[in-house]
Amino acid sequence: MNRRDILRRSAAAGLLATPAAGLLTGCATGGGDDKSDANAYKGTKSEQNPLGVKEDAPLEVVIFGGGFGDEYAKAHETMYTERYPKATIKHSVTQEISKTLQPRFVDGTPPDVVNNSGTGQIDFNGLVSQNALADLGELLAAPSLDVPGKTVKDTLLPGAVEIGSYDGKFLVMNYTYTAYGIWHSSKLFTDRKWEYAKTWDDHIALCKQIKAAGIAPWTYAGIHPRYMSWPLISTAIKFGGPSVATALDNLEPNAWKSDAMKAAADAWHQIVKDKYILEGSPGLDHKQSQTAWCQGKAAFISCGSWLESEQKDVTPAGFNMTIAPTPSLGSGDKLPFEAIRGTAGEPFMVPAKARNVAGGLEYFRTMLSKKGAQDFTKKVASLTVVAGATEGVELPYGLSTVVKALDASGANGFNWVYNNFYRKLERNLVDAACGEFFSGRIGPADFLDQCQKGADSIAQDSSIKKFKRAA
Amino acid sequence: MRHGKWPLIVTFLVPPVLLYIVFVVSPYLQAFQISTTDWLGYSADANSVGLANFKTLWNDGYVWNALQNNAILLALVPVLTIVLGLFFATMLAMGGRKGRAGVTGVRGGALYRTVYFFPQVLSVVIIALLWKEVYHPNQGLLTSGLHALGLPAPTWLGDPATAFWCVLAVMVWSNVGFYVVLFGAAMSAVPKEIYEAVLLDGASRFTTLRRVTLPLLWDTVQVAWVYLAIFALDGFILVQLMTNGGPNFSTDVIGVRMYDTAFGSETKFGYASAIGVVMFFLTLSVAALSLRVGRRDRIEYS
Repeated sequence: MNRRDILRRSAAAGLLATPAAGLLTGCATGGGDDKSDANAYKGTKSEQNPLGVKEDAPLEVVIFGGGFGDEYAKAHETMYTERYPKATIKHSVTQEISKTLQPRFVDGTPPDVVNNSGTGQIDFNGLVSQNALADLGELLAAPSLDVPGKTVKDTLLPGAVEIGSYDGKFLVMNYTYTAYGIWHSSKLFTDRKWEYAKTWDDHIALCKQIKAAGIAPWTYAGIHPRYMSWPLISTAIKFGGPSVATALDNLEPNAWKSDAMKAAADAWHQIVKDKYILEGSPGLDHKQSQTAWCQGKAAFISCGSWLESEQKDVTPAGFNMTIAPTPSLGSGDKLPFEAIRGTAGEPFMVPAKARNVAGGLEYFRTMLSKKGAQDFTKKVASLTVVAGATEGVELPYGLSTVVKALDASGANGFNWVYNNFYRKLERNLVDAACGEFFSGRIGPADFLDQCQKGADSIAQDSSIKKFKRAA
Repeated sequence: MRHGKWPLIVTFLVPPVLLYIVFVVSPYLQAFQISTTDWLGYSADANSVGLANFKTLWNDGYVWNALQNNAILLALVPVLTIVLGLFFATMLAMGGRKGRAGVTGVRGGALYRTVYFFPQVLSVVIIALLWKEVYHPNQGLLTSGLHALGLPAPTWLGDPATAFWCVLAVMVWSNVGFYVVLFGAAMSAVPKEIYEAVLLDGASRFTTLRRVTLPLLWDTVQVAWVYLAIFALDGFILVQLMTNGGPNFSTDVIGVRMYDTAFGSETKFGYASAIGVVMFFLTLSVAALSLRVGRRDRIEYS
């Protein structure tokens, strides 16, 4: 299909749709101003209805069609209509969130609930700086749907609110709870009598052993090499403490060249230098590398806790994938070995100009109810930000190791958010640097230089809104 | 018939012109207007910033890198495609000689013609995915083939040194078939007597191609050139699906840059429009240039 075809088709579509003259006046930036308030659906607030949902107001939900599918959302929608039988819900699924919804944001007629996720995700920096998102503060203060005596906020895991907050306003509800770590197959390790190493030196020794056994110790998503930035930054944070992460998030000068980052980059360079990475990995995408790992061609891979459901179709029975924290650099580490990166993910938002903002918030309250969260965990084998929602749910093997790892990590857990603040920095700039570094084309010093240059270019770009977070 | 002229013109001309204005001209004009704003794409607010976007663009290393890649594509894709297309078309039309008089193609010409045209039948998305698997660094056709011969294989799309050339090869591969058919059709319009005369004079195949075929096909080649030049300045779909500009921006093209700026890692629609405006002028000047440079006298057969 070429450009001419597209034009031809759109021309034909236009002929059928509207008188042309009307279209001429409706140019791209001309759309809806402040008509939203007058049109907004508002009900009366009561104890039963703390958010003031209008009972018969329609609700439009747009779900990202990714690894989680959309069955879970349909279940949440059913729960919503059970409480508001007069409401109709318009449900749609897309993989291209930004392309599909951008015109509707401009027009001032966005849907009420958007699952802004995937590669077609809309950059949050752009949304927040344009005040396109509704404040979800009211939701936090509302009572939980099925945990008596607690507000919604009380039922959430620590860190769930912070990650969705921009300049102190809670704008994005991240629904899942994700741990990021290094994965291996328990079966492979038991069979070979290997044990996951807790220090970096032992890790390298283990890699040597694995390689000698004819298996590549590591593989990674060479097309999306940012996956490898996660264990590297984790190593640095465990070595230097959480301030390493704050510095990266706040774009502090030379944050990427801190001693901790240098130590971590030097350490990780070892697996490149000693050729502990599956040959051809730089040309694999995330699915291909994960599949190679599932086929036993490599022992370790870096990923988040969505890995198990993403690999469901190709994981051999009894593979027993297990998450583990990054090895400690040494006894001088500020955080213990057990510390792991845990964070809320899978963002949901209510556009500020949605007609049914109250309905959107109520929908979130349904998702964050214990029933809603349990149903989600059952359906997609992933944790939610709702505390204790795994009770009574039988977890698949990998997820149970995630729960254990998060428990062991406890208050030592850490996180960073520069990827939320500045999508481009992780997706483009750090990504490219990781590609060079883990394929061995540049060394640790050049790698950190390239990352720092990327961070500096964001810091100097006055058209990008800057956010700060407290330590 | 004089009084009947206007209704005819109006009914047949006004609707298409209107559609053209609405769907082609007006978006272009809007892009020009948006390129002078700081519009971020998700609200109706946009402030005019004059030519600031173009100034940023001038200093944007990533844009220059992408443009440089486009320039290489522009220099190579049309030449390679046309040379290959001409070669195949010639072989199909008059490659077989076997000492007999007359002009015939190589044996099995119909089969080749079909095979060459295959890529044209596939959608670009399929082509990109297909080649992504061919370039798979462990199980791909190419790697397996080289390994079977005992040769080392690069990581193809995973290495900045090879990724760009891999994409370029796919661009040529996917285009050649169409031009084989196009040139073939043009060749069949050339009177056979000319070739028979050339044959009698004892010209070699290469001389025939260079001295006779090419000049007679010049109009067609020129059209091909313009099409391919425009394609080389775009290349968006293939690059976005195969590498998304990576690794380390080595396969980035201006179209991907524009898309990424608006829909990818940022929402800078104003800046992306500025990139689009630059693309517009580049494409326009390349098309105009290649038409002007290639201008020659037309040959008409009587």
